[in-house]
Amino acid sequence: MTVSFDIEALGGAFPMHLRLDATGTILGAGPALERVAGGRHLTGCDLLEVFSVERPMCVEQLPDLRPGERILLRFREGRPIQFRGHLVPAVGGAAAIMDLSFGLSDLADLGGAGLTAADFSPTDPTLDMLYLIEANGMAFSEVRRLVERLRCAKSRAEEQAFTDTLTGLGNRRALDRYIDCAQAGGDGFALCHVDLDYFKSVNDEHGHAAGDAVLRTISARLLRAVRAKDKVTRVGGDEFILIMPGMTDVDMIDGIACRIASILQEPISFGGHAHRVSASIGIAISSDYSRIDPDRMFADADAALYLSKSAGRATHRIANVSN
Amino acid sequence: MPSILARTLESFVTDTYGRDQWLATMRDARQDFESFEFFFEYPAEEIDRVFDATARRLRRTRAELMEDLGTYLVSHANVGGLRRLLRYGGADFESFLESLRELPDRARMVLPELALPNLRVRRLEGVGYALDCGGANTDMCCLLVGAIRAMADDYGALAMTELADPAPGRDGRIVVTILASGFSKGRVFDLARLGQ
Repeated sequence: MTVSFDIEALGGAFPMHLRLDATGTILGAGPALERVAGGRHLTGCDLLEVFSVERPMCVEQLPDLRPGERILLRFREGRPIQFRGHLVPAVGGAAAIMDLSFGLSDLADLGGAGLTAADFSPTDPTLDMLYLIEANGMAFSEVRRLVERLRCAKSRAEEQAFTDTLTGLGNRRALDRYIDCAQAGGDGFALCHVDLDYFKSVNDEHGHAAGDAVLRTISARLLRAVRAKDKVTRVGGDEFILIMPGMTDVDMIDGIACRIASILQEPISFGGHAHRVSASIGIAISSDYSRIDPDRMFADADAALYLSKSAGRATHRIANVSN
Repeated sequence: MPSILARTLESFVTDTYGRDQWLATMRDARQDFESFEFFFEYPAEEIDRVFDATARRLRRTRAELMEDLGTYLVSHANVGGLRRLLRYGGADFESFLESLRELPDRARMVLPELALPNLRVRRLEGVGYALDCGGANTDMCCLLVGAIRAMADDYGALAMTELADPAPGRDGRIVVTILASGFSKGRVFDLARLGQ
């Protein structure tokens, strides 16, 4: 049995078809395909001159294509729009019909051709695909926006969790992290425990506002006294711990500790009053240990700090480690 | 659904009146955050408060605000995607209206939980179309009215779109009277300009 369409009806049913003769010459094309082709000539040309066939491989002439087989092909000229299609034998005005649709890579913009809804047959889900692609893009950009906001909120929260709010220095949590980093760095480090002398009397005699101002000034001075890569943390009311990566030279450490002790002694004016504190310092150097154990370094720096306090304050001691 | 509406309202106020107006609206509505998220859930009464606060600040009735929002959704450059989605529906305004029946299903392909009203489109003899919005509240109907008006402009059709007086116990009905379907040139549209 044979069912025949006139050309116009065929174009309505398959807007992206090609009519071919037995040798592969294009006899005509559906209206949508003509529109996609734009300036490229279709009618009268050989199928394999207009298109390169990517699947199946090694197609040199039309008879190499079997009916029903999945065919992937591209325009040779201009933008290499990709199509997929299949060949259907025909009788009458053409030996075969090749029905095409856009390949996935060109689906999103329909090959850049000026098509409208009228170019597609009502049963063709291509428009629904476009709908999906577009809506998916919109939904996805919302997701990205959300993820970005959550990421910012997370890093802000983390920063807050690692920051001492009064001075802006790192807190004890940050200190643990700095020690891990310094230890992983492999170059050794100095742990410098700074404890303020006479701070309690500032708080007691002049109030907490004065105490806070002193702590902020001390923090700023400590930051100025060390290198950019050194970490300054506030781990207690008037206690600071400095981690100095790569710093294992005793003479240099002596120099830095003297400088810190000296600048922290300078008076701090607040509320019409010059407040005076000083700092006692205890230091542990990682290279003094055969195996680095942060807890031991803390304890040794603490013991050295105690010696500084006993020695009359405003001075420093380096832990004497006997392995 | 409400969080998508709220997020849309935020874009509308921000794009049309400026970020400051939006932040002030959120303060009016006693919200302690600045931005709605498409994918979060918010209590319906909270969102309701923000809509009321917006209407007060912009000196619009709630119905007018929803219509403005619908118009914004399909005509503002920053949400060009939605207009494109709707334009896939048909080559002219009439086929666009007919295609609204498929809209909820299409939307569900992307966001399965999106509960768009069940739109039933009927041709009214010689007049235009009636859209019965199953399960849609007045807000949603007003938003659709605004969107359909803007789409008529987009297609270059001269049409009157109105919300019919709601009969008690019946779904909201939108009546679109088409006076001339090719009244003006409309906005150029071809599907290929995706993402541009």
